[in-house]
Amino acid sequence: MTVDLRTSYLGLDLDHPVIPSASPLTGDVDHILALVEAGAPAVVLPSLFEEQIDHDAMAVHYSLEMGSDGFGEAAEGFFPQLDDYNTGPEDYIDLIKRAKAEVPVPVIASLNGVSTGGWTMYSEILADQGIDALELNVYRLAADMRQTSEVVEKSYVDLVEKVKKSVGLPLAVKVGPYFSSIPDMARRLCDAGADALVMFNRFYQPDIDLETLDVIPNLVLSDPVELRLVLRWLAIMHGRIDCDMAATSGVHEATDAVKALLAGATVTMMASALLRHGPSRLTEVRDGIRSWLGDHGYESVSQARGSLSYATAPNPEVFERAGYMKTLKSYVPTW
Amino acid sequence: MTVIATRPYAMVDGNEAAARIAHLLSEVIAIYPITPASPMGELADAWSHAGKPNLWGVVPDVVEMQSEAGAAGAIHGSLSAGALSTSFTASQGLLLMLPNMYKIAGELTPAVIHVAARTVATHALSIFGDHSDVMGARQTGFALLASASVQEAQDMALISHLATLESRVPFLHFFDGFRTSHEISKIELIEEETIRGLIDEDLIAAHRRRALNPSNPSLRGTAQNPDVFFQAREASNPFYDSVPGVVARVMDLVAEETGRRYRLFDYDGAPDAETVVVVMGSGSGAVGEAVEELNRRGGKVGVVTVRLYRPFDVNAFVDVLPETVRRVVALDRTKEPGAVGEPLYQDVVAALAEAGVRADVIGGRYGLSSKEFTPAMAAAVFEEAALPHPRRHFTVGIRDDVSGLSLDFDPDWWSEPADVVRAVFYGLGSDGTVGANKNSVKIIGESTDLYAQGYFVYDSKKSGSRTVSHLRVSPRPIESTYLIDDADFVAVHQFDLLESLDALEICRPGGTVLLNTPYRGERLWDALPVEAQRHILDKELAVWAVDAAGIAREAGLGGRVNTVLQTCFFHLTDFRSSEDGVAAIKSYIQKSYGPRGQAVVRRNEEAVDNAIAAMFAVTPGEADGARRIADPVPAVAPDFVKRVTGAMLAGKGDLLPVSALPVDGTFPTGTARWEKRSIATEIPIWDPELCIDCGRCALVCPHAAILFKAFPSDTTVPEGFAWKEPTGKDLRGMRVVIQVAPDDCTGCGVCVEVCPAKSKEVARHKAINMQPKGEHLERERRNFSYFLEIPDMDRSQVNAQSVKGSQLLRPLFEFSGACAGCGETPYLKLITQMMGDRMIVANATGCSSIYGGNLPTTPWTTDDAGRGPAWSNSLFEDNAEFGLGMRLALEAQRQDALLLVTALAPELGSVAMEILDLFEGDDASSGDELVVRQRDLVSRLREQLAGLQGPLPRRLEGVADSLVERSVWIVGGDGWAYDIGFGGLDHVLASGRDINILVLDTEVYSNTGGQASKSTPRAAIAKFAAGGKATGKKDLGQIAMSYGNVYVGQVAMGANPTQTVKTLAEAEAHRGVSLVIAYSPCIAHGFDMTHQLDHQKAATDSGYWPLYRYDPAREVSGEPGLKLDSKKPTIPFKQFAATETRFAMLGRVDPTGADRLMQKAQQDIDDRWSLYEQMVDVHRTAEYVEVEE
Repeated sequence: MTVDLRTSYLGLDLDHPVIPSASPLTGDVDHILALVEAGAPAVVLPSLFEEQIDHDAMAVHYSLEMGSDGFGEAAEGFFPQLDDYNTGPEDYIDLIKRAKAEVPVPVIASLNGVSTGGWTMYSEILADQGIDALELNVYRLAADMRQTSEVVEKSYVDLVEKVKKSVGLPLAVKVGPYFSSIPDMARRLCDAGADALVMFNRFYQPDIDLETLDVIPNLVLSDPVELRLVLRWLAIMHGRIDCDMAATSGVHEATDAVKALLAGATVTMMASALLRHGPSRLTEVRDGIRSWLGDHGYESVSQARGSLSYATAPNPEVFERAGYMKTLKSYVPTW
Repeated sequence: MTVIATRPYAMVDGNEAAARIAHLLSEVIAIYPITPASPMGELADAWSHAGKPNLWGVVPDVVEMQSEAGAAGAIHGSLSAGALSTSFTASQGLLLMLPNMYKIAGELTPAVIHVAARTVATHALSIFGDHSDVMGARQTGFALLASASVQEAQDMALISHLATLESRVPFLHFFDGFRTSHEISKIELIEEETIRGLIDEDLIAAHRRRALNPSNPSLRGTAQNPDVFFQAREASNPFYDSVPGVVARVMDLVAEETGRRYRLFDYDGAPDAETVVVVMGSGSGAVGEAVEELNRRGGKVGVVTVRLYRPFDVNAFVDVLPETVRRVVALDRTKEPGAVGEPLYQDVVAALAEAGVRADVIGGRYGLSSKEFTPAMAAAVFEEAALPHPRRHFTVGIRDDVSGLSLDFDPDWWSEPADVVRAVFYGLGSDGTVGANKNSVKIIGESTDLYAQGYFVYDSKKSGSRTVSHLRVSPRPIESTYLIDDADFVAVHQFDLLESLDALEICRPGGTVLLNTPYRGERLWDALPVEAQRHILDKELAVWAVDAAGIAREAGLGGRVNTVLQTCFFHLTDFRSSEDGVAAIKSYIQKSYGPRGQAVVRRNEEAVDNAIAAMFAVTPGEADGARRIADPVPAVAPDFVKRVTGAMLAGKGDLLPVSALPVDGTFPTGTARWEKRSIATEIPIWDPELCIDCGRCALVCPHAAILFKAFPSDTTVPEGFAWKEPTGKDLRGMRVVIQVAPDDCTGCGVCVEVCPAKSKEVARHKAINMQPKGEHLERERRNFSYFLEIPDMDRSQVNAQSVKGSQLLRPLFEFSGACAGCGETPYLKLITQMMGDRMIVANATGCSSIYGGNLPTTPWTTDDAGRGPAWSNSLFEDNAEFGLGMRLALEAQRQDALLLVTALAPELGSVAMEILDLFEGDDASSGDELVVRQRDLVSRLREQLAGLQGPLPRRLEGVADSLVERSVWIVGGDGWAYDIGFGGLDHVLASGRDINILVLDTEVYSNTGGQASKSTPRAAIAKFAAGGKATGKKDLGQIAMSYGNVYVGQVAMGANPTQTVKTLAEAEAHRGVSLVIAYSPCIAHGFDMTHQLDHQKAATDSGYWPLYRYDPAREVSGEPGLKLDSKKPTIPFKQFAATETRFAMLGRVDPTGADRLMQKAQQDIDDRWSLYEQMVDVHRTAEYVEVEE
């Protein structure tokens, strides 16, 4: 029995619901082509980081300014003045251009901004390159003790509104799971113009070096267990917001993807497993979804989508707080 | 103000004006960095790198050579083979070109060398401008054509290139270093099409036909004999005879195209002038203004500006002189000791005599080393000339109370026209003041009908350096070639400067002042020193203030207050309407910073937008401020320091009379300690509770501003003076202290970075922490003062050959003006701690000679016994030979001393035998122990000699000190060791003499602004290597090891301080040549110098900078000579390189090229490591022999 895996995400018609998400793998057109060869129905490019661009520009600026105009024998500074230092988004634009020219599937650009002006400016720059959709990779660490959650949340909503207004492209918003009320935020983001929510982004987390007693930034590849958090919110929100939902973080095998789909994901996204195992893992996951759905009598992915969501599961309370208690109760010590 | 439309004006400096023409009209450009000509080479290199073609569509090949001698050789070859070739140079560089210049001229080869004329080093080096270099070239056979302004630097450059092709005589085109080379001025550009129309292609074809060509072979460079040389030398006469005519014709052609008419000699002034000054270069601007004013007052005077100085056309000169002239004054910007007069004087005398003109000639010197030359001084010259019996020879601009040659002048004689707006800005090198002012003059000059001029004065320090910008704006072209002393507008970009500088003295009554200050209201007024308050009240100055630092900080620009204050300047002046000015500034921000990234533009624009609203008028109070401008040096300073050094520090050095200065360039050491610059905003504060007294903070401090001492535990210390019990057993019975020199610290933070002791409760708190200076200054000043009273450690009580032991000894190199976080100075300081009491230093020109020997104050100093390094700088290229000479002298004197001791032995008694035993026996002692014994013997010897009569005892007294070990150190950077001085270095390496060589390897020419040397690694971007250096770094250590008897060590203090100390000790102990190559991070590497130790470690961990010691003595005992002191590389080169702009920038600009070069650079490292690993197993069989002294 053939299973119809076709999926519509951000208005894009995809052959199936497994998309390589933003990672170093999608930062190189040759790698993207390998992913497409392996069956990727679309790709999300790595994030263009406004902060990184600003940092690079300022670093170049300081290097050129350092020591200049201060000493008569080296009044012109210590580095040759060049016409262009390529600190802007040019590399990223080149990537989009090459991807659009050579990659036969939809290309979704990803943007991580800092300033309101930066988000809209870079959104427009990326939109001008002919991308098929834009993913806003939003995260703000509210480290200011006096900044309220209302202010933080409003800034997310305002941002989505502004970008949506300035670019007409399908818009995905990738957020973290650390809102007091994820459903409310999801609803407000969708109302503000998001066409999809991508759940959830993963950040660099600090680590401590016990030798030097320094704090060091760190990012580790995801673990399948992280999918549980995603499943919960997919399930809770499925059918209740007017948005596509992409599951990311923890999709490593076909069974992970199937779970996400059953909980309500429009698509699933992969990065860590692809980095670890290579593009063929995407083929395996796609084929695995098909097999599982076929083996279990599903005709299509849309038939299965959301069939174990909060609204449709036989025991939806597990998705709520009660599930936590149950887990504890069923936990049997091994000693 | 009218905005100009299409006239091709540009705001450029003299270097750019000349270099543009040279680049357009050359095919081969051979360069070598030297101040103030370096920017010409840098621009030419940058243009060629960017693919900018010459007039014929070919991109000139710009080649950096190992020296100016090399550059001259290269263009000689290039010319011989038929290319249009040029070079740029100055000063010693021009002198190095002289031999080739004779050849190029002797072969009648059309060429142009552009010279930013600079003082030749005599009793001292000077980077500033005069004609001593070009006058040294006047006998080479080159034609000499002088420019007096930025406009002329362009025009005469073109005239030189055109005239040389026609005349076949090569041209030296020169303009005054700094005054013209670095002055930004509005000039009318000569467009390429105009130049094309002036070029005679047939002349180029003729040059090609004369070239060496195997298809039509010829032979040049013969050796000639007495029979024909003379005649052949005379054969070129017609060509020289033709030059004045050719130049005059070319000048006419250029005049037809540009409207600017020059003659071989230009006369300005009264047609019936009785007194005429003859002058060459930028000084003619000041003389011209004096002439105009004197004639306005009824005088009859004039000025002849010399354009073509060689060949000197007598008729053309005489023709421009009014027939009425009775007295001619030749002004020379050079000194020729012992001559009848200076060169221009002699030429004028000879010319008038030949032409039969009956006029009296007198001659004067002015403006040596960019000494100010003003209309008031020129007026004094005319006044002298008007006397019935003037001095035949005089000087002007100084007060000569020794020879009585100087003319008095009245500084108030001259005031600039009221319609010339004059603005002066005081700032720091690090705050962007100069950059902003460069932009301001460009904005005004390029976007209005007004003429603008910018000239910038820097002090001699590399950290915390002060800058003064002089801006003029005029409705007419500006010919005022001197500093502003009567400003309409004065801006003080750093409020603290007011504490040591009478900045408002220069402001005219009713002028405008702009202050950058965090203060407001009464607090602001009270924060002003009373001198500033008085200026404001007495001269009724309009004072405005803005917290530019706060605005810049908020905009994310750190301490760069430039755009904020620039905006306020435009707002307070009326060159452009305020909105117009803001728009122009933003446009320039985009132009200047756009290529670096929009974030830079955005932040600066934000600063601009916030500037005007934040500016406010200051309401004056009473002049009763408690603050006064501090004395430049304390009252307890030595007399010389107070009289001479103090005047220089106060900015009054120009007022010092001749008698105040040493006659031979010899200065006392230990003067830096009297200059308290207090430039740090944060200083390191010690927490004795956590300290483990490892001494590393003191070791790495580039400025000797963290000091480490031990003192007996029964010492009573003042309250508040921190100390601790020593951690180890080696200082039992003592207490130790780490003390900051709070006014000498530059705030670089390297000491904090290296501190290994962290608090258990607050990990960021270490045993030493950067704290706001203001909170600690008074206490630390008291503590430092007491610290200095603690006696130096007895050298016999510490192990100077360990990190900790060396740091307990007093550094005899302190408080230099090196960059904050300098990577070089910790090595020098360490050596002085280990052996400074017996050091003689030969120091190559470069950073180390500037922070080590640039007045007003110098860092080399003495210990409690008055001993310390004796230091000298000869040149850039000869330093190894210079140092070798020192050792030879010491050996010769010791030989003499031993002979005399032998001869006088009967009278000297036992001390003679002890001396002879020590030097001729098998005594194995060394280092401090030996030196102590020798000093004791010499002391006893002197006692004996005092009682002896006759010539021999007196002779022995003169050489007795040579019986004490001397540690000869030859110090320099990589530009010297790898490039210009390599020939000499190599020879000295082979000499076998007891010499220590320290190469402070920054891997670029740091002092002149980061040009590539042969030490620059592959893949690094540098000036002259804008596309990333394609070739690998020379392995200097391996070259030295190849001799087999040279001790070679490669060190990086940040990677392994113990190995550094050990290497220096072994180098000193080695009885032969020792070479230590020290990794020296530099701001030219492009990273925050606070972290320089981490970078050193990463350089070593990546194998980029392996640590090793090659000791020939080890081979005597059958061991391999080479020991690798660092581990096999643990990180890839890329990981290290990514943290430094010099490597990372290439990845941005040219990712593909960067990948290729980085791979090769990694291969360089792998190959070298593999080679060293193999060398570790190599046993040499040749016997190592210590060199006999």
